[in-house]
Amino acid sequence: MEAFFQQLVNGIAWGGIYALIALGYTMVYGVLKLINFAHGEVYMMGAMSGYYSARWLGLSERPGAASLLAALGIAMAFCAALGAAIERVAYRPLRRAPRLAPLITAIGVSLFFQNAGQLVFGADPKVAPQLLETREVLRFGEVGVTNLQLVILGVASALCVALTFVVQRTRVGRAMRAVAFDRETAALMGVPIDRVIAFTFALGSALAAAAGILVSLSNPKVDPLMGLMPGLKAFVAAVLGGIGSLPGAMLGGVLMGIAETLVAGYLSSTYRDAIAFVILIVILVLRPAGLLGHAAKEKV
Amino acid sequence: MPAERRLPRGLHAVALLLALFAFDRAVALLHNPYFSQVLVLVAVNVILAVSLNLILGFTGQFSLGHAGFFGIGMYVAAAISVHAGGPILAFLHEVLHLPLPAGRTLFFLLLLGAGGAAAAATGVVVGLPSLRLQGDYLAIATLGFGEIIRIVILNIEAVGGARGLSVVSSIPAYDVRYEGLFAVYTVAVASILLVARLVYSTRGRAYLAVRDDEIAVESLGTSPTRVKTEAFVVGAALAGVAGVLFSQSQGYVHTNSFTFLRSVEAVAFVVLGGMGSITGSILAASALTVAPELLRSVADYRMVAYSLVMIGMMLLRPEGLFGTRELTLGGLRRLLGRRTRVAGTTP
Amino acid sequence: MKLRDVSRARLAGITPGVVLGLALALFACGGGGDRNVIKVGEFASLTGNTATFGQSSHKGSVLAFEEVNQAGGLLGKKVELESEDDQSKPEEARTAVLKLIRQDGAVAILGEVASSRSLAAAPEAQRAHVPMVSPASTNPQVTQVGDYIFRACFIDPVQGGTMARFAYQDLGVRRAAVLVDVKNDYSVGLADFFVKTFQQLGGQVVARESYSEGDIEFRAQLTKIRETDPQAIFVPGYYTEVGLIAQQARELGITVPLLGGDGWDSPVTLQIGKDAVNGAYFSNHYAADDPSERVQGFITKFRQRWEGETPDAMAVLGYDAARMLADAIQRAGSTDPQKIRDALAATKDFPGVSGNITMDAERNARKPVVILKIEDGKVHFVKALEP
Repeated sequence: MEAFFQQLVNGIAWGGIYALIALGYTMVYGVLKLINFAHGEVYMMGAMSGYYSARWLGLSERPGAASLLAALGIAMAFCAALGAAIERVAYRPLRRAPRLAPLITAIGVSLFFQNAGQLVFGADPKVAPQLLETREVLRFGEVGVTNLQLVILGVASALCVALTFVVQRTRVGRAMRAVAFDRETAALMGVPIDRVIAFTFALGSALAAAAGILVSLSNPKVDPLMGLMPGLKAFVAAVLGGIGSLPGAMLGGVLMGIAETLVAGYLSSTYRDAIAFVILIVILVLRPAGLLGHAAKEKV
Repeated sequence: MPAERRLPRGLHAVALLLALFAFDRAVALLHNPYFSQVLVLVAVNVILAVSLNLILGFTGQFSLGHAGFFGIGMYVAAAISVHAGGPILAFLHEVLHLPLPAGRTLFFLLLLGAGGAAAAATGVVVGLPSLRLQGDYLAIATLGFGEIIRIVILNIEAVGGARGLSVVSSIPAYDVRYEGLFAVYTVAVASILLVARLVYSTRGRAYLAVRDDEIAVESLGTSPTRVKTEAFVVGAALAGVAGVLFSQSQGYVHTNSFTFLRSVEAVAFVVLGGMGSITGSILAASALTVAPELLRSVADYRMVAYSLVMIGMMLLRPEGLFGTRELTLGGLRRLLGRRTRVAGTTP
Repeated sequence: MKLRDVSRARLAGITPGVVLGLALALFACGGGGDRNVIKVGEFASLTGNTATFGQSSHKGSVLAFEEVNQAGGLLGKKVELESEDDQSKPEEARTAVLKLIRQDGAVAILGEVASSRSLAAAPEAQRAHVPMVSPASTNPQVTQVGDYIFRACFIDPVQGGTMARFAYQDLGVRRAAVLVDVKNDYSVGLADFFVKTFQQLGGQVVARESYSEGDIEFRAQLTKIRETDPQAIFVPGYYTEVGLIAQQARELGITVPLLGGDGWDSPVTLQIGKDAVNGAYFSNHYAADDPSERVQGFITKFRQRWEGETPDAMAVLGYDAARMLADAIQRAGSTDPQKIRDALAATKDFPGVSGNITMDAERNARKPVVILKIEDGKVHFVKALEP
């Protein structure tokens, strides 16, 4: 039984990572109805910028909350700019094109970052700086929980609340919802579509950067291909929770983490990577709106 | 080509086969296996591109799992060859007294059939649930299926798992591999003709109709899901056939030969050539297979270039080089005569 | 949208024409041979998902031939290393080898790190009768392709078996668990032979769990392993993952020693693993704390050439494979591939960085397996075991 609880803890902590990435995904999708395939790569760039800024600023010599916040700030600012730039170059010109077109440029952007990353950063894995000491903070029998696991879950929940506030209670949030609901009408009402979409991308990308930094705290390996699988799985998590729904992304991420961990722990670890896609297909067939999503009118 | 058009139908096929045979002999005279290898990969990629075009270009269904079907064909052919190839050939030769070349041809056809059928069957399993989805959801679902196929094959010990599988006969006297450009190109041309025949027939208009307006198709009493599944299954079967050719010519199969990246490559062929243009796919697949060979000195940058071409193409000419048009000899002649229009533009 | 009916015959007529045109362009690119250089081909995964290993072995080979050329070359000629990238794909490996042999006229081939890509390409080297030396392909099948295929490393049965014997006899382990990278043939091969030998000795393998290259989360598998209470865990993976595995194992309170193979040999293992890899044992070709000039000189030269980078096992093997090949060409006194082959087959006590290499009848390098232990963030020599 202890093993089961340990697996549950493992799963929830691992799911926190998916939740972090999925939050950005779901926001961009909610507004644009576009899978930003490059989201996983922005996550990678976040971890990379954290790695380089920590090296150049010597943050790893002074581990602690201040260094962590500094690295987070730099990475989030950098990725926000990067995300807005990607949107400007690769997606905005295609806003009126058939839906396949931006999807293909999205794949192109993702491939570009993976391969240019291998050239620029090198293919060898980098060791992320230890900005926070790992400690075990809770223990029940044989079941242990570390501070990093709590930090990841805590930050993910806090971001989820903060984002919900932005989307529901601020002017720009109202504009975002308007654009998501009906882009043409919103434009007619004077909502600056381009700026709202660019803002959404910047925000989503900053979230991806935060995820990149936090993940490299608990799993300190950074390489140019690190974004591919987590990116895809976080998308599945977003769909599972209901795409466009922020609490849904949280829930979907945690459920995905638990599902993967239980499959590895109780079925066969060889099929762990397959379970995400099985979940995706099952949820799309049975409940396309996701667990917490509203049934969309024209989607799916 | 008015003269050619007057030829009786049967003669067309004979002339085509003779041309392919001459092509095979001409290349063989060069005694350059590197050259043959690239030509085989060209043919395999052309089949992948044309079959994906049927799904993506003509029917408008975004599949990112095409490599999975390719892998199924590859592994089915390799598994049959390794585990049953020798005995089957021995049976054909020793019991049925077929001459060896006839027996080997028969076995090759059997592999094509088995690989294609297995891929088609998988296509049904994948297509039925996923084709209810649209656009990006479909893309991710098919991507997922492609990965699942890879993970499953990786865990089958009988086909070598992560070690891959060398295609060698259990009975050395009976070689299970059927090499040669004639076989490969005959199959490639047959696949192209099949797709062309399908999409440029009355029936094929249903595919285009589904791409352009699904609701209209439904209101005319045709089930879009059925049409989509049909295109998907035919495309999958052809990808499986490409996999059979691949495994027979390479002599070694491994799961790294059909990663997600190969699906993306196939999409790039279709996108570049034009979604809905068979000749466009053929040209793009050939060019994108040969160009990296010519540019080996800057090989490090080829995937970066690939991605930039994909982005640039979508931004500048989202319909691809040829759009939905075909390159024909007539069109080419007009182009050379007038020099005013882009190749293949509708006159 | 207007559809045009296309004559199928026209469509078909175009394909061979286009293909032929492209093919001619390709053929025109065939390089000519320079008589004053010896061309050696190399194929490696310089890009793609295993790029980090291909780049390492490539750096080793480049360094080796630069040294050879500085010392005056071979047979009075300079050596030119023609390197081709195979993008970590088997079919590209085959294409690259065919290109090296046919277009560049390479007299011998170096490559590949991964057994799968060596297996895809080796039949072509064999068919063309051009000797091929793989630096790090450990699957026994590779050299079984034919008498022109060699390797500069151990094979899986040797390394896996040695580690099993070391665990059973020296560490007194009776219950072992195995955590294997299921997408990696090297890892699967080592695990299989470890399990086989360990069971033959009378030990019990209590768990066999798996992960995939690129994973960063292993807690589920480790928790499962923890339940079976092993006395050691064999993790025959690459340094890209073992550091994280060690960390997460310690976090879960697993204190038994971790065991590994030469895939561990990289500074990255220590950088990621930190304290968690203390007490771990792994098998390797040489010990970095070996004071001999051969080892220390190599490490210094490698750092100078490649911007301070510390060589990993792949770099050492890439270097040794290249030096071994150069030695064979010198002894053959000719660039005739068949004579080079014969000289390679006769390699005896070649002083490589990874030990004294002797080719056995199966064209596998025979050299002692070195067992190393990680303590206080440093790698220490424990013992050398003859295979």
